[in-house]
Order: sequence, then C-alpha cells, then structure tokens
Amino acid sequence: MPGRVISLERPAEQLNEETLIQRVRDGEHDLFYELIRPYERRVYAAAFAILRNEADAEDVAQEAVLKAFKHIRQFRGESRFSTWLIQITVNEARMRRRKSHANIMESIAERQDEDGKYTPRDFADWREIPSETLERNEIRQKLAEALAQLGQIYREVFVLRDMQHLSIEETAKSLGISTASVKTRLLRARLMLRDLLAPGLGGSWTGNAWSSRLSFEKGTKPW
Amino acid sequence: MVINCEQVWLEVSNYLDGEVEPGLRLAIEEHIRGCKNCAAVVNGTRNVVELYGDERMLEVPFGYSQRLHRRLDANMPSSRRTFLGWMAAAAAAILVVGSFEILKPASRNPGARSQMAQSGTGVPPDLKVVASEEGKLFHLAGCEFIQGKDKLRPMTAREAYKEGYAPCPRCLKKYLATAETVPPDPPLSS
Repeated sequence: MPGRVISLERPAEQLNEETLIQRVRDGEHDLFYELIRPYERRVYAAAFAILRNEADAEDVAQEAVLKAFKHIRQFRGESRFSTWLIQITVNEARMRRRKSHANIMESIAERQDEDGKYTPRDFADWREIPSETLERNEIRQKLAEALAQLGQIYREVFVLRDMQHLSIEETAKSLGISTASVKTRLLRARLMLRDLLAPGLGGSWTGNAWSSRLSFEKGTKPW
Repeated sequence: MVINCEQVWLEVSNYLDGEVEPGLRLAIEEHIRGCKNCAAVVNGTRNVVELYGDERMLEVPFGYSQRLHRRLDANMPSSRRTFLGWMAAAAAAILVVGSFEILKPASRNPGARSQMAQSGTGVPPDLKVVASEEGKLFHLAGCEFIQGKDKLRPMTAREAYKEGYAPCPRCLKKYLATAETVPPDPPLSS
C-alpha cells in the first residue's frame, strides 16, 4: 500500500492528524491512507446504520472516503476530521436512501413518532448482559437485530453518539439537527433498545418471543 | 428535591451522560434506591450504552478495508515521492508479491470453499491448524467456533488454503489484522 512508503521516512503513527491533513493537501496523497485508517470501520458503521444493507453500506463508505479525499482542501479544521468524514458519509447514505420510495414512506412514519413520549417496559425482566458475551457471534447478531428495529432517526443518532462516540454537538452537526433533537432521539433509542433486550441472556431471544417485543406501546404504564 | 418515575425516565439518558445538575443527580439516585422499576431502567440503559459502545460491535464485512484501499488506489492521482519512498515502495512490493507466491491464497484457487478464502494472507503458511469437512474455515485447535468438531483433520495453513478453506476470523484474528494492512495489489506507479 502506498501509505507504507511514507511511513518508512517518518512513522505515520507519530504524525498528528493535523500534520497528516496538511501533508495530504500538499500533495502527499499516500498519507491519506494513514489519515483514514482509524475511521474506516466507523464510516462503514455510519453508512450501515442508515442503509441497513451491507453492499450498499460498503459502496457508500467507499464513495464517502473518495469524496473526503477529493475535497480535503475544503476541510477547514472547524470540527474534528472524523466528524467531517462521518458527515460526508451520512450525506452520501441519505442520498442513496432517498432513491428508494419505501424509505421515504418510512421516514414520514418515523417523524410522526418523534413527539410521542416513550414509556419503558419489562422492569422485572431486565437482566444484565455482560460485555464478555460480545465474544459470541449470536449475541452481537441479536444486538444488531435490535438496532435494526429502531426507526431511522433513532438509529442514526444512537450509532453516531453511542457507537461512534461523537459528542452531542458533533452528532447534531453530522445529522443537521438540533442538539435538543439529538437528546430526545437518543433517550428514546436507548430506552427502546433496553426494552428489546430486556429478557437478556436468561430470557427467550428466539422465535416469536423476540419479534413480539418489537411493538412498542407509548404512554401506558406497564404495571 | 423529590422526583417521580416519569421524571427519571425523561432524564435517564442525560443522567448517564453526566449532563444533569448535581441536585437532579442526587434526586435520581435517591429515587432509584427505593424504586426497583426505575433502577431496572437506569441499569438496563447503562448496560445498553456499554454493550453498543464496545469496539466489537463495529463489525465490517470481511475484506472491507482491502476493497476500500483498492478503490482508493484506482482513484488516487499521481503523488510526489522521494527516492527513499520509491525504494521503500519497491521493497514493500517485493514482500507482498513474495508472500503471495508462498501462500497461494484461495482467491486464485477455483476450489475455494468460501469467498473469505481470499483473505488472511498474514497467516504463517506452516502454522498447524485444523479443518472440518463440514466447515469452510480452518482454525487453531481448540477454537470454540469450529463446526463439525468430530470430523477434524490437522494440516498446515498452506494446505488449508490449497483445499479452499478460509481462516477463522476469531481464533486467527491476529494474523488477519496484519493482512488487512497489506492489500494484495502492489503500490501504484506514478
């Protein structure tokens, strides 16, 4: 890979991001590989959160990285490079999604949901899922399935904030929404995921019991 | 300050993010000490944030990084390179080509059992591994992700590749992580 060429002259790990960006701008294009390496997975995750399709997400991730390379002179350093990159990815993914009529219908339905209050369920059933269980593929798969059940607007916020660890402000900027909206959607996303995962490892995470958990009731007390 | 359950639910996210005033924080903590339901909500939501925030949840398709780099390679304009850079590029190309000749990865093997067989070029060819007739992957002995454990055959990684097996992304992860950084295409000429 071309990036290795430069790393022998001066280890790229020792270069800070600002320096890397400047040197890429100055024509050392090979250093772009080093610049994006820490964010490659995040770019894919952001695209997948919106598109929910591996092939489309990978294609959009590639497009986004290429676009970042072509427009790196427009990056002014007002935000973190990672935020700028994710912002490009979100825009690319949304453009791809808009091509689908079905997804337009979905987004309308989700907007109607946004103002409703959300009441947690399954207080008694909650059992903690230890993080060690993430070694197991089926656990990660279950978590991914639960995430896929969230409405688009909640999933976007949750992925950027809780999986990519962007700040509230960075998430808002990436999605073009207010920080208040980020907080509202994040709260609902977290509570919905908690409800979806409430039976935990000791519960029934298979068959109808799992899918029956996907219909949320709003505004009703569970006891 | 005394708060009710609905106020706790409304603030649980901000509470976990450390974005509530000290007075409200104390009130929430006081409330959940005496309310099992709200304790379940707060602890469960914290668990959700911890689980999804784990690096292991950011999975990408196998070979994603390599394909991304290839796409970049194809679109990368000519760049400045120093003489030292060119020397290093040549050395890297020799290493990459050499390793591929030794390994003969399954991407060039028409009998590949899995598309993933094209990856994993960092696995040492003489590494002792096991593979099952029922599976598509080869593993280190003892790997918990082996399918068909009763029909295992010992072999080297080189032999496994020749038979079309792909490396297990779990037990051979450390080798694959190395391979991800070494895409098979030689550096672009400019």
